[in-house]
Amino acid sequence: MTDDKDVLRDVWFGRIPTCFTLYQDEITEREAEPYYLLLPRVSYLTLVTDKVKKHFQKVMRQEDISEIWFEHEGTPLKWHYPIGLLFDLLASSSALPWNITVHFKGFPEKDLLHCPSKDTIEAHFMSCVKEADALKHKSQVINEMQKKDHKQLWMGLHNDRFDQFWAINRKLMEYPAEESGFRYIPFRIYQTTTERPFIQKLFRPVATDGQLHTLGDLLKEVCPSVIAPEDGERKNQVMIHGIEPMLETPLQWLSEHLSYPDNFLHISIIPQPTD
Amino acid sequence: MPSSALWAVDLFGRVYTLSTAGQCWELCRDTQLEFKRVSAATRGCWGIACDNQVHVYVCASDVPIRCQEEAYENQRWNPVGGFCEKLLPSDRWPWSDVSGLQHRPLDGVALPSPHWEWESDWYVDENFGGEPTEKGGWTYAMDFPATYTRDKKWNSYVRRRRWIRYRRYKSRDTWAKIPSKDDPKQLPDPFNDLSVGGWEITEEPVGHLSVWAVSLQGKVWYREDVSHPNPEGSSWSHVDTPGEVVQISCGPHDLLWVTLWEGQALVREGINRNNPKGSSWCLVEPPTSENGIMHVSVGVGVVWAVTKDRKVWFRRGVNSHNPCGTSWIEMVGEMTMVDVGLNDQVWGIGCEDRAVYFRHGVTPSELSGKMWKAIVASRVCDRSHSGSSSSLLSAGCFFGDEVRVGGDSCVPSDTDASSEAERPGPEQPVPAESPESPGHSKRSSASAAEHALEGAGPADGTPGPEPCPGQASPPAELPWTSIDLKEPKKVPSHMAEPPGLSSLELLPLGLEEPYCADDHPLWVWVSGGGCAVEAHTVLKWFSAQAGLSSSMQTLSLSITPAQTAAWRKQIFQQLTERTKRELENFRHYEQAVEQSVWVKTGALQWWCDWKPHKWVDVRVALEQFTGHDGARDSILFIYYVVHEEKKYLHVFLNEVTTLVPVLNEDKHSFALYTPERTRQRWPVRLATATEQDMNDWLALLNLSCCESRRVLGRPSPQAVWSITCKGGIFVSEPSPDLEAPEHPLPCDQMFWRQMGGHLRVVEASSRGVVWGIGYDGTAWVYTGGYGGGCFQGLASSTGNLYPQSDVKCVYIYENQRWNPVTGYTSRGLPTDRYMWSDATGLQECTKAGTKPPSLQWSWVSDWSVDFSVPGGTDQEGWQYASDFPSSYHGYKTMRDFVRRRCWARKCKLVTSGPWLEVPPIALRDVSIIPESPGAAESGQSIALWAVSDKGDVLCRLGVSELNPAGASWLHVGTDQPFASVSIGGCCQVWAVARDGSAFYRGSVSPAKPAGDCWYHIPSPAKQRLKQVSVGQTSVYAVDENGNLWYRQGVTPSYPQGSSWEHVSNNVRRVSVGPLDQVWVIANKVQGSHSLSQGTVCHRTGVQPLEPKGQGWDYGIGGGWDHISVRANATRAPRSTAQETAGGQGLPGGPSSVAGTLPEAVGPVCC
Repeated sequence: MTDDKDVLRDVWFGRIPTCFTLYQDEITEREAEPYYLLLPRVSYLTLVTDKVKKHFQKVMRQEDISEIWFEHEGTPLKWHYPIGLLFDLLASSSALPWNITVHFKGFPEKDLLHCPSKDTIEAHFMSCVKEADALKHKSQVINEMQKKDHKQLWMGLHNDRFDQFWAINRKLMEYPAEESGFRYIPFRIYQTTTERPFIQKLFRPVATDGQLHTLGDLLKEVCPSVIAPEDGERKNQVMIHGIEPMLETPLQWLSEHLSYPDNFLHISIIPQPTD
Repeated sequence: MPSSALWAVDLFGRVYTLSTAGQCWELCRDTQLEFKRVSAATRGCWGIACDNQVHVYVCASDVPIRCQEEAYENQRWNPVGGFCEKLLPSDRWPWSDVSGLQHRPLDGVALPSPHWEWESDWYVDENFGGEPTEKGGWTYAMDFPATYTRDKKWNSYVRRRRWIRYRRYKSRDTWAKIPSKDDPKQLPDPFNDLSVGGWEITEEPVGHLSVWAVSLQGKVWYREDVSHPNPEGSSWSHVDTPGEVVQISCGPHDLLWVTLWEGQALVREGINRNNPKGSSWCLVEPPTSENGIMHVSVGVGVVWAVTKDRKVWFRRGVNSHNPCGTSWIEMVGEMTMVDVGLNDQVWGIGCEDRAVYFRHGVTPSELSGKMWKAIVASRVCDRSHSGSSSSLLSAGCFFGDEVRVGGDSCVPSDTDASSEAERPGPEQPVPAESPESPGHSKRSSASAAEHALEGAGPADGTPGPEPCPGQASPPAELPWTSIDLKEPKKVPSHMAEPPGLSSLELLPLGLEEPYCADDHPLWVWVSGGGCAVEAHTVLKWFSAQAGLSSSMQTLSLSITPAQTAAWRKQIFQQLTERTKRELENFRHYEQAVEQSVWVKTGALQWWCDWKPHKWVDVRVALEQFTGHDGARDSILFIYYVVHEEKKYLHVFLNEVTTLVPVLNEDKHSFALYTPERTRQRWPVRLATATEQDMNDWLALLNLSCCESRRVLGRPSPQAVWSITCKGGIFVSEPSPDLEAPEHPLPCDQMFWRQMGGHLRVVEASSRGVVWGIGYDGTAWVYTGGYGGGCFQGLASSTGNLYPQSDVKCVYIYENQRWNPVTGYTSRGLPTDRYMWSDATGLQECTKAGTKPPSLQWSWVSDWSVDFSVPGGTDQEGWQYASDFPSSYHGYKTMRDFVRRRCWARKCKLVTSGPWLEVPPIALRDVSIIPESPGAAESGQSIALWAVSDKGDVLCRLGVSELNPAGASWLHVGTDQPFASVSIGGCCQVWAVARDGSAFYRGSVSPAKPAGDCWYHIPSPAKQRLKQVSVGQTSVYAVDENGNLWYRQGVTPSYPQGSSWEHVSNNVRRVSVGPLDQVWVIANKVQGSHSLSQGTVCHRTGVQPLEPKGQGWDYGIGGGWDHISVRANATRAPRSTAQETAGGQGLPGGPSSVAGTLPEAVGPVCC
């Protein structure tokens, strides 16, 4: 019997093999070799691409370099989404490695946020964690933590230290013994087919009759269109961390085990591959 | 927490119980009788039936209530016929009691009541003071009465022998009528009220109960001699009262209040262990003169009352010294009666709706509680259709009733408007309707079904669902199956007949009826005397939940559905596939984030290595780094300053063998051992500022140690378990060379990791079954989890961790010296010990200054005199002696100038760990059969024997890998209380009795798990044995003086062996494993830096031809109390070859005795 703790490790150590190539229009002094890297699924693009930046800057003139940004098949990649989410949403059906084009010019102001430094990523990450705890525990847990605990969460993610991160994060995953789960489940549902960036609503892990809500219950409630009618086949995949949990999976368990480090369940709804 | 039950009587006189673990009232068996009063205790209940007869209901337990009857056969020698029954005229009776004064022929000893039966016929007791007499049980003396000896001498003119016979109480789990055979003059008139309590007044006799009753004429009666071995008591005795009594209430301790016809209360004073009936009455006026007291109920330190206007009152200031209290406080709510149960928890019956209410929030600091909460548990007959929404709603309809909520505004939040709307109007009691009336309301249909059920005789084989084909409607199957599951024995044979069917057909009809007002049960009486609710107990009585919660309440060890659910499997499977897909072919890619060093630092204190030893402030840093091969390693640095010079010491965590929390009164500290430090008996000791800090450090250091040794997850079935003197549980994975015949792994290199929980004894078997016993005797079974306790987060398993609690006593001594002027006083000589001290007298221990053993423990009782000390005490608990320190006796003589008495105070610890309680019998020792790998077919159940805290020998049935807790106890009769038991290979069972002698149990086999009879084995000369351990063939025992003995000459044909051979002294406890390996806890071991007490030691040089071994190898300690190597059947590889070779030569199987393996085989195979 495998332990649920192993799920946390598997989720944390998820890696996406990626091939970075420089955009063809970028001006270089000599030819830019593609750069291959294993990206942690739970981290953020701008947090783990120092090596990529250095690699391509070597072949470029200083004056041609402005803020780096990434794009996959024409879609700019939002650095403030976790890497695994970006991949699941945009590239899960394409072959590996994941091809990402690197840009140093023409920052798409209307699509992307600027990321001047890692402090920006930290601020974004911590605000997500706080928002999640507001939903789960009315912010009680995060507010009781000390500054150094917050720092340890961030440094754990930054340095890819599972133990360091989970030593603190487990407190965020607890709930009172007399309850059956969190107050609300922090989740975001992303769809490539709609204009809205994502769906986020208040949703409790336990129904009024005491039954645990499942992933299916959540989808039925917040985006019923995803679950196809009885006659047709399901037209969509529901994906978290590159896997498709069964719709019967209890939402509380998912939240405890398959949340990203920002404590949100990022759920991708993508069209069923046609093949 | 074992479940216990609340008892209640409904309007129709039916008695129901509600378990603290359940959420459903269950109808008491034997329901022919209707009751008007019940008063519960933990092991049973007393009640007055509607015919005014008193009945007692004794709950069944696996251990029978048995009583020994004895008679002595006396003979005198005469020159003609030798010893014969012809005695001198001045002599005693030929058949007599022990004193010889009473004539006691064997056939004249009768059963005391029809509720008893004989267990066997009379037989001669062969045991004389721990020694077998071997002469028909005769003991000899010069004359009656005299000192008897085993041996016949020239001047032995008389002899006697003891005949014994056991009787057994048979009327368990049923209402047994108390026979009235008292003096007709004194015979009480019909009883009107009854109350039981007093079980905390004294521990001697076992299970003493004070049973008080009030007759219709207003007289008070006390039932004499009620105790666990005598559940019926002996006779009623009248207790005079100054007025006419209507109602009575007796608390668990020394409180007793009664209400008078005129509305005042009487309080009994002078109740104590020597005088449970008390001595005098004291009058207490009602709260208001116009409304007298109608009902009182008392607990340990509280009194609640209901006045004639139904108002509820709480008496302020009640305690043992002032049983009358000081004043009344009015509480919110109107009740017809209230009842105070265990832990001073309170229940009541609502005046208007006749629902049972529980007083929420009663704690030791807030005895009056917070508010009344209605209990909405359904009854068993209701539960049969709990799947339907109608019963849910009807159950919920009591819940809206919050009129009586106390001052606190905290109301249960899940009361919703819909259930409020469903609530029927004011309840109308329906006394006119008899329960048997064939009305079509749901109540009558349900009760009709019940009556049909309870009319059942003994169960026959009719399977439950069979009558269903007669019924077309599918819902009928649901009630049927659940009834069938619940009480399979109640399915009566005549149920298949039409009358039974017709009553059942009403069930589905009732389901469809929307109107369910009558389903609301109307209660008349409730008793919480057997119901243990504590502040942290989670009760499921207050909401009616379907499905989910009922599946959650069954804390079964079998794998829970969540862990086998398809969704869970799929997630594990998909994650594995994902890793394969996304990583398999790309491992050569560079990692985006380089692994780096992570450091945790802190300011701690260190018990310095140099003298004088003291705590010094240090900086501590743990550096964790990952090598290129992915392996993790860590170093712990301790930076200190000595003579203004900065220094440090460091420890590689992969060398650490154990981290032990050292719990003492004032410091949070832990000890860190390496093999070197173990040899020195001088660990690194570090202290943190707070408990949280210590737990964080311990969890992190443990995790680092486990990771560097790749010890993760649950321990293997072969693991070696041990326990420290603080109750900490440690487990070690045995390496194959631990038991290698040559160059075994030194046992100071074993890595021990801690498991959550608190135990005194742990025993394991190689099939993964592990049992433990707490300090309070509670039996626990290992659940397969790991972590718990202070190991939160990553160091713990996700499931299989449960709360665990343990209770122990702290003892201090009050010492006094006699002087001619004032008698005994607490003024001693200047040379004397402290007047309040520990047992040795060296440490001062006052009542106020003595703290619980560590910060984990908290007091749960007040100081009380301990009367059960060895040597006996007088009535006030004093023991006398000529001087300190000396041997004490329980009576005063002319030469006694000092006296002492022992005070005990209970403290409790609450923790968590991978343990589940095995209720209800408290244990003293346990042993599981050791099995060599491959020897056992896994289908067979695992033999497990135990000794209860009262000395009963028990054999557990149904233990298996899938059900490690087993099913039930089988009681194995003995003639005296036992202390220790061990079951070895081939079901050899050995035991040690409390008199220090050993016993071998004959004919134990899987087919006959309890064997047939005991063979008495004399103990080694002048030694009293205290523990025995049996391996595959070796039998070892430890005596009270710390000697280790090996049983010589044990063979398959003569398993009792021939003699005890001395092996070693300095031994506290022994554990012999399935390879006949011998491990002990040594009393004292000298290291290079310090002396350790309580050290794990391994016997070296144990060989098939030399089962006694040659020397000792010293392992972890001091501070260790217990070890079990009985699961470790892991042989060194070459040893396996040896066994195979030996086995081929000797197909005798495992019963081939030690020593039959040819010695030459070993070296040849090497």
